[in-house]
Amino acid sequence: MQLETLVRELKLKVSCAEGSIKRDVKGGYVGDLLSDVMANSKEGDIWITRQVHQNIVAVASLKDLAGIVLIQGSEPAHDTAAKADAEGIPILVTDLPAFEIVGQIYKLIKP
Amino acid sequence: MRESPKFEKSFDVEGGSFQNAGNVSGQIKNILKDLGVSTDIVRRVAIICYESEINIVSYAKKGTITLAVTDNAVKIETKDEGPGIPDIDLAMKEGYSTATAAVREMGFGAGMGLANMKKYSDHLIITSEVGVGTCVKMMVMNFPKLLHPDLPVVTL
Repeated sequence: MQLETLVRELKLKVSCAEGSIKRDVKGGYVGDLLSDVMANSKEGDIWITRQVHQNIVAVASLKDLAGIVLIQGSEPAHDTAAKADAEGIPILVTDLPAFEIVGQIYKLIKP
Repeated sequence: MRESPKFEKSFDVEGGSFQNAGNVSGQIKNILKDLGVSTDIVRRVAIICYESEINIVSYAKKGTITLAVTDNAVKIETKDEGPGIPDIDLAMKEGYSTATAAVREMGFGAGMGLANMKKYSDHLIITSEVGVGTCVKMMVMNFPKLLHPDLPVVTL
């Protein structure tokens, strides 16, 4: 499924790298421990997290993730946003808690 | 026997510089892709490089990460000027960490770093001296050994 479809269907706010949302989402990963995400996420995953600091961009970039969803209305830190825009890593924001948004994403990409 | 690397480069990593953490790993990933190293090897090296980089940033004053690529393997060697590791066996245990609260809040310091470095490399050797620093040598085999058993074996 295309990331932009997820954005539309789930009313996600595109906070960074809006020009990069035409990409495939192959699966998803949830986590706030960066070593866990680094080790276990897969290329093309959408990553759901509450971490907002700029190291999330490095992890998403190194693992070729499709994008990052920040939960509970968390906005990326200023330097995170700048880095995400520069590296073309989409950061999306939802007001929902992780459990809710993960359930909705799962329903859409694993019907 | 030792092979001379077809590519070798060292990168400096500044301690405490979380804003730059991941930059060296990103450069190494791109170099490996340009050299035509297989996706799976690139993925594993990216993980061990990132963990190495985060360890230097989290604990040391400064350090270096050296990449060497041969036909048979990708080698990563890290050297830091950090506090050293008094008990390496304990440090290797998943879940054990001496990270500060600030580092943990960022989602690091869960005691997965060295464990991941071991898990995703084929060989890992750590030497450390308390008060001086730590050196980690890792090797990810580029697998053609299985397909071409007559190729030389690389040693660390």
